[in-house]
Amino acid sequence: MSKPRLGVFKFSSCDGCQLSILDAEEELLELLDRVELADFLEASSASVGSPYDIALVEGSVSTEEEVERIVRIRKESKMLVALGACATSGGLQALRNWSRLGLFESAVYPEQKVARALEKALPLSDFVAVDFELRGCPISKAQLLQFFAATLRGAKPRFSSSAVCFECKRAGNPCLVVAGGTPCLGPVTASGCGALCPSRGRGCYGCFGPSDDANLDSYASWLSAHKVDRSTIGLLLKGANSQAPEFRRWIEKNG
Amino acid sequence: MARRVVVDTGPMARVEGEGSLSIVETDTGRPEVKLNIFEPPRFFEALLNGRRAEEVPDIVSRICGICPVAYQISSLNALEGLFGVEVDEQVRRLRRILYYGEWIESHALHIFMLAAPDFMRVPDAIAMAKRDPALVREALTLKRMGNRLMSVIGGREIHPVSLKIGGIYRAPSKEALASLLPELDRLRSSVQKMVAFVSSLEGPSLERDSTLVCLYDAAHYAIDRGEIVSNQGLRLPPHDFEENFEEYQVDYSNALHSRTKGGGSYMVGPLARFSLNYNQLNPAARALAKGVGLKPPLKDPFKSIVVRALEIVHALEETAREVKEYEKPVRPSAPYKARAGTCYGVSEAPRGILYHSYTINGRGHVERAKIVPPTAQNQARMEDDVRLLVPRIMSSEATEARRLSEMAIRNYDPCISCATHFLRLDLRKA
Repeated sequence: MSKPRLGVFKFSSCDGCQLSILDAEEELLELLDRVELADFLEASSASVGSPYDIALVEGSVSTEEEVERIVRIRKESKMLVALGACATSGGLQALRNWSRLGLFESAVYPEQKVARALEKALPLSDFVAVDFELRGCPISKAQLLQFFAATLRGAKPRFSSSAVCFECKRAGNPCLVVAGGTPCLGPVTASGCGALCPSRGRGCYGCFGPSDDANLDSYASWLSAHKVDRSTIGLLLKGANSQAPEFRRWIEKNG
Repeated sequence: MARRVVVDTGPMARVEGEGSLSIVETDTGRPEVKLNIFEPPRFFEALLNGRRAEEVPDIVSRICGICPVAYQISSLNALEGLFGVEVDEQVRRLRRILYYGEWIESHALHIFMLAAPDFMRVPDAIAMAKRDPALVREALTLKRMGNRLMSVIGGREIHPVSLKIGGIYRAPSKEALASLLPELDRLRSSVQKMVAFVSSLEGPSLERDSTLVCLYDAAHYAIDRGEIVSNQGLRLPPHDFEENFEEYQVDYSNALHSRTKGGGSYMVGPLARFSLNYNQLNPAARALAKGVGLKPPLKDPFKSIVVRALEIVHALEETAREVKEYEKPVRPSAPYKARAGTCYGVSEAPRGILYHSYTINGRGHVERAKIVPPTAQNQARMEDDVRLLVPRIMSSEATEARRLSEMAIRNYDPCISCATHFLRLDLRKA
């Protein structure tokens, strides 16, 4: 049986999620041995090109060129995977979507217009069908490897999107909100990080986006009861996943 | 006008981010060399407007997945300076170890996965691994050590979560850090092979003079802070950076270029650090430098790969020393009160000086942010290097011309994701 053809692509992003692939130092050579690397610009100058069995796409779509590119990659790929918060919900750069963007005027680029930026930075799913999402800013290396382990044997990968609170409780942490009124997005954020921040005594800031059952209104009134003001909640939600529907709706409603 | 395209790389492989290089011969006699950075801008400086000072380190970290620690440290240096916070000495030590981890990871990535394939005339590290699996496995082990240091202190290697204004959220135990020592020691005793390997790589050379700029810190081979110094006798505190260096826009790049005021291109990064701070390199690294015949000042950018290997040696040695001297801080973070003003912070990212400046208002919110990353500063110098190589490039056949051109760029380990996000955006509310 021939090896599945893998493409790795970068859109508007920081490079961190595709770096997670290269950061799987112990597994990398085995992994690359089980696929045919068709395109991975950051790692190789050999380009085999399309079609791809698996396309991993990092970054949000924020220029006209990127719209054309994601449509093309979709056509050429059997399975398209959104890699990380930028690809799944626009990422931090999508914070500009909140600034009522009539602002890309000539004043922006005083000398010549180089970047043909779209009005908004958007997730891949606004343009094409996405078969699977790996969440996080950055993604979890463990989830990435689980994704490959399942996909390469023809299984469907599954991750829990229950709240960070579950991981936090299992880690035996006292609740930061209850104990000290520390703002924490744990109750409405998907797990995947292993409750990284609360385990260090800081509030979760939402890298993995909304959890399955996130109820933002109930969460916000609970936080308010612990003396966290609404503007703080708004700022917390305006992070890497501000365009995820559950977070976005709350921000839109509550300013 | 007659124009002949000598080299057009298209999207360049084995660099971080999206860029291409073109060399066009014109009948003016002066070839046009353009490093075209088409990575879309993400407008981070504008996005920071209105954010609370305490959020800055985690936001700027997202500018770059390869050097997030550099972004966190430069921003902390600026903000802690303004707020007058005294950071505990043991916390400073932790931040340095975290930063050494980033140097080790980033340099190992550059040497073995991005740059060495050029010298060996193969497309990637996978092909290198087929030829010499032991070499690539050891390289990955080295890279992993960098990542482990970042995980132990920062929680994760990409966008660590532990640093805050005033210190660190939770300091690791002495035991947690000490558990890395056996592997650190093993790597320290084997890095000689890595240095021998990189110095055995046969590549082009380019002896040229350039303005070298880096940080100087009396206590260490500068990494987490320092004054700005150059081989032209410059010596400045961080807040004078903008008075001495300026950014300008070119029509073919989404990243601003930099030059010395009233002068030309300059170079930041390993070659500048090695040339100016050589005496502060760890003795083990200096001995290896001597062994392979390298001494300051170093003028050949194609030797950057060797200097990065020497900096890995330095980082491993300093990390081992600092880990042994580490005591868990009694006060992991100092309280502070945000105050209004403009502040400035610098540090030595793996690729060179990373400059940040913020204006904070009376509510503790960001009013203005300016970030000048190393790759943006190096762009003009990269093009100058390619210009000097044009005669050699033009007399080479196509594959070799392209290899030579790309190597001249990769010498700087450009991080294009970093470089791009700084086009000024005039935020006008509609």
